[in-house]
Amino acid sequence: MPSVATLAPSTEANGSGKTLNVNDNIARFSAPSRPRSPPAEHTLFHPKTRAFVYGMQTKAVQGMLDFDYINNRSTPSVAAIIYPFGGQFVSKMYWGTSETLLPVYQSTEKAIAKHPEVDTVVNFASSRSVYSSTLELMEFPQIRCIAIIAEGVPERRAREILHIAKKKGVTIIGPATVGGIKPGCFKIGNTGGMMDNIVASKLYRKGSVGYVSKSGGMSNELNNIVSQTTNGVYEGVAIGGDRYPGTTFIDHMLRYQADPECKILLLLGEVGGVEEYRVIDAVNDGIITKPIVAWAIGTCADVFTTEVQFGHAGSLANSKMETAKAKNEAMKAAGFHVPETFEKMPDLLAEVYQTLVSNGTIVPEKEPAPPKIPMDYSWAQELGLIRKPAAFISTISDDRGQELLYAGMPISEVFAEDIGIGGVMSLLWFRRRLPAYASKFLEMVLMLTADHGPAVSGAMNTIITTRAGKDLISSLVAGLLTIGERFGGALDGAAAEFTNAIDKGLSPREFVDTMRKQNKLIPGIGHKVKSRNNPDQRVELVKDFVRRNFPSCKMLDYAIAVETVTTSKKDNLILNVDGCVAVCFVDLLRNCGAFSAEEAEDYLKMGVLNGLFVLGRSIGLIAHHLDQKRLRTGLYRHPWDDISYMGFGTDAAPGGANRAMVDLGK
Amino acid sequence: MSAKSVSEADGKAIINYHLTRSPAITTSTLPPPPHNAPPKLASLYFPEDTAPETILQTAETTYPWLLAPGAKFVAKPDQLIKRRGKSGLLALNKTWEEAKQWVLERAGKPVKVETVTGNLRQFLVEPFVPHKQEEEYYINIHSLREGDYILFTHEGGVDVGDVDAKAKKILIPVDLKEYPSNEAIASALLPDVPKFVHNVLVDFINRLYAVYVDCQFTYLEINPLVVIPNADATSASVHFLDLAAKIDQTAEFECGAKWAIARGPAALGTNVGGSGKVDIDAGPPLEFPAPFGRELSKEEAYIAALDAKTGASLKLTVLNSNGRIWTLVAGGGASVVYADAIAAAGFGEDLANYGEYSGAPTETQTFHYARTVIDLLLRSPMREEGKVLFIGGGIANFTNVASTFKGVIRALREVAPQLNEHKTKIWVRRAGPNYQEGLKNIKAAGDELKLDIKVYGPEMGVAEIVPVALLGASTKVKEYGEI
Repeated sequence: MPSVATLAPSTEANGSGKTLNVNDNIARFSAPSRPRSPPAEHTLFHPKTRAFVYGMQTKAVQGMLDFDYINNRSTPSVAAIIYPFGGQFVSKMYWGTSETLLPVYQSTEKAIAKHPEVDTVVNFASSRSVYSSTLELMEFPQIRCIAIIAEGVPERRAREILHIAKKKGVTIIGPATVGGIKPGCFKIGNTGGMMDNIVASKLYRKGSVGYVSKSGGMSNELNNIVSQTTNGVYEGVAIGGDRYPGTTFIDHMLRYQADPECKILLLLGEVGGVEEYRVIDAVNDGIITKPIVAWAIGTCADVFTTEVQFGHAGSLANSKMETAKAKNEAMKAAGFHVPETFEKMPDLLAEVYQTLVSNGTIVPEKEPAPPKIPMDYSWAQELGLIRKPAAFISTISDDRGQELLYAGMPISEVFAEDIGIGGVMSLLWFRRRLPAYASKFLEMVLMLTADHGPAVSGAMNTIITTRAGKDLISSLVAGLLTIGERFGGALDGAAAEFTNAIDKGLSPREFVDTMRKQNKLIPGIGHKVKSRNNPDQRVELVKDFVRRNFPSCKMLDYAIAVETVTTSKKDNLILNVDGCVAVCFVDLLRNCGAFSAEEAEDYLKMGVLNGLFVLGRSIGLIAHHLDQKRLRTGLYRHPWDDISYMGFGTDAAPGGANRAMVDLGK
Repeated sequence: MSAKSVSEADGKAIINYHLTRSPAITTSTLPPPPHNAPPKLASLYFPEDTAPETILQTAETTYPWLLAPGAKFVAKPDQLIKRRGKSGLLALNKTWEEAKQWVLERAGKPVKVETVTGNLRQFLVEPFVPHKQEEEYYINIHSLREGDYILFTHEGGVDVGDVDAKAKKILIPVDLKEYPSNEAIASALLPDVPKFVHNVLVDFINRLYAVYVDCQFTYLEINPLVVIPNADATSASVHFLDLAAKIDQTAEFECGAKWAIARGPAALGTNVGGSGKVDIDAGPPLEFPAPFGRELSKEEAYIAALDAKTGASLKLTVLNSNGRIWTLVAGGGASVVYADAIAAAGFGEDLANYGEYSGAPTETQTFHYARTVIDLLLRSPMREEGKVLFIGGGIANFTNVASTFKGVIRALREVAPQLNEHKTKIWVRRAGPNYQEGLKNIKAAGDELKLDIKVYGPEMGVAEIVPVALLGASTKVKEYGEI
């Protein structure tokens, strides 16, 4: 396990009186100098290889940069990211423990123009778009190598890509691969896994074994085997499991043959296709002379009675020659080192390596100290190695799991139990299930407060805003902004005054008298048109429901007693709907058994009653907006004759007495 | 996802519809023909739970041409069976009554073709085309790395023989700009064919190849291809009587609509009451049937459906549902290595399944996958010697091992007592991102659930546990967590 370097920024700078700027820790790179001589024909990747990553794959890019860093590259291998859907211009990455900014381009052309030194692209485009993006990339002669990661590229498109690439001399790795790796030089995308595996498989310094495998997963297995049995990987490529990989075994085997630093060739073939035979031909023709350790997987296919499509699209034998068994026999006959089974390959590889060491072909170098690698914060967090206080806390809903949770209740249960909007409100507002009657009461309030005609100030504002051509949200908000102490706010006031009175032990008559002495109107009392003899149906509905369902309605009884006092003075001083809802709500909070006395007070203070009104009335305000839109009403202008303009005489001259005076306070 | 075989009926429907519609690659020798009439393809499926008679009755309303007086038909199973004529699975020149009888005798019944036994469930009934033996040709198009080969011989039919040896060939380069001229095609493929049908045949081959490209076939064989000259032998009509095809499933996003429209009721001219189901295209999505003798089990179909819904890869093939060795392996390559190792150890016959999960599936997907495999294990008959479950995998590149193993552990947890009842020995080997956590968790869960489980990390070779588990081979590698 590699050690973890500290991630916290140094605090020394602060100690010495300097202020630490965010930008102080950003490393900036110019393009690396050109290699003194152009890379040899067989060299695909070298320590100055520069690449684009096509697609916003920040995790893979970070992996590549980390690899570069522990391989002591002086500049990152990724020059820029190409992301056609991005509005982003830079992407922040780590370079060791400091940070660096990678440019992000929306167009390939621009990226190419800005980075003439780039010759490699790691293409993460999806199977749908990889064809067009790869064709576009190949139009630029500076691109020499493209790795295609996507799985499921149509075979015809893959073939078209590889034919164009062949004509243009571009090396394609993939599709359907993880890529490849060359210690000391370059790592394609996610090859080699996480940094701990890169270190465990000694991929931070070059060895002598060059391998080619189909499978990306198995290439990592090869990294492991090679690191344990030899002096390590020189270069490894996973050509991908599709039927038509852009380059095949022979292409890379020939490069390894030509590269004097690569001493042992390792080939992991597979059932399906005939590409292994081209390597056999090259050996028979004396083109490949270095020792080859080889194995084709899929030998089990012979024991199956029916045709089995293995995990890779290309792994299906269409003829006897394509079976793994035939390939292994043919490779053995051609003088490859072929083990009896895959499990015996490590021993055989070790044997071949030892022979080359003893005859002096390979001179093992002194093992450098394994590099320390910084660990990503998110990864360390996932591993449970670090902790930090969270900036935000949330206790009501959780969207991280398999199912959305409302106060711990899975959304499927919300519907299975049909808890209604009232039930959802009780979960999200109060973090608990309330009895059914309580949910019903909440819904009742929403229904009662939903609208109160076009003339009230909230609806008026919404209507005017809508008629000014504004959108739904603006119109709704214009209406909502009127809600306050005067409009709709009676709920809060009524709840506060009535509660206060009852808690002080004032009798209803004393309460009314106290309010009058203070020249205060009693919120929740009084109606413009309704009276005792002409009662407000809404109030009757609420009263009836509460009486029948609530365990106690002490507040409601008190308010009705207050109403008896006030109506004796004037017939229309009845308990109005705001007052009624407010006191019933207090009854609910105090008596439903779900809240402690403290909580009940707390919720009232938090303005939950206002919340009810805002929520309910939003229904009506949206309705007014839709209504006006539907009617195609035009911009509203209030008639002059409905405004009394005062203090502006018709004879007023400019600068005259009627001019509004502004004291500039000189 | 890969190139897969399609049923004969689907192949014919697609070619029939697109033959006059696919964009031409080359200039034709003939004036553009009118669009083909809807093909007469009565595709009959006989499910286990419906009487075959009912299916045949429904067919008469769906395909009214079956009842045409005096009509003669061909009936055959349509289940990717090769050389049906030689296996007695081809009824030629039958009246509808005779054809019905022939189908009834076989529908739903098992039949052995060469080495494979399977149930006959899918049949195709189509009009019989009377013709002479010398009018039977053979054509084959298949794709290779360097291009597509067209093979043609004038001696087609059941006894076509070794086509590789006798057929004329031409290679069509991948770049269609290099498509050969009509003359080149005629001289390469048709030297043994009467001159007067060259025009018709070259035009047909051009069109057929255009469909092959446009609908992304990877293999197409028509045998016999019947070319019947008209009375004054100036031209001829072309019929494709027997057809086998493979289509590239990965091209669904490009060709799905084309595959569907050719097989919709409008293109097929069938009478179907609106089922009310809304397809995403103007026809049903193309189906890729399982090879003959390997009907997709419910579990395999379930995993295939799961696989189709995710960018990750989930594959399951049951090889022997009574087998005692089951595998739950991550990775397309590693899974093959495990199967190899089991076969190499001499346990090929006991190997119950092939499968793999890879490409960073979620915990839940892995759970469903693991649960399916373990369910199958528990349903196979108990064995005196017990069962073996390999939870294997290579060193992952980017899959979070702890997360996928959480899904596996959940599955184990649900059926731990049954696993012990079946005397299941579990062998685990895995590595990759966060494998330490994954291995630690599965080891702890195994101990807690009293499972017979052994857990190894990257120190153990990928499938090295196989000989250790099955043959009792010795290993120096210690279990994960042991010092």
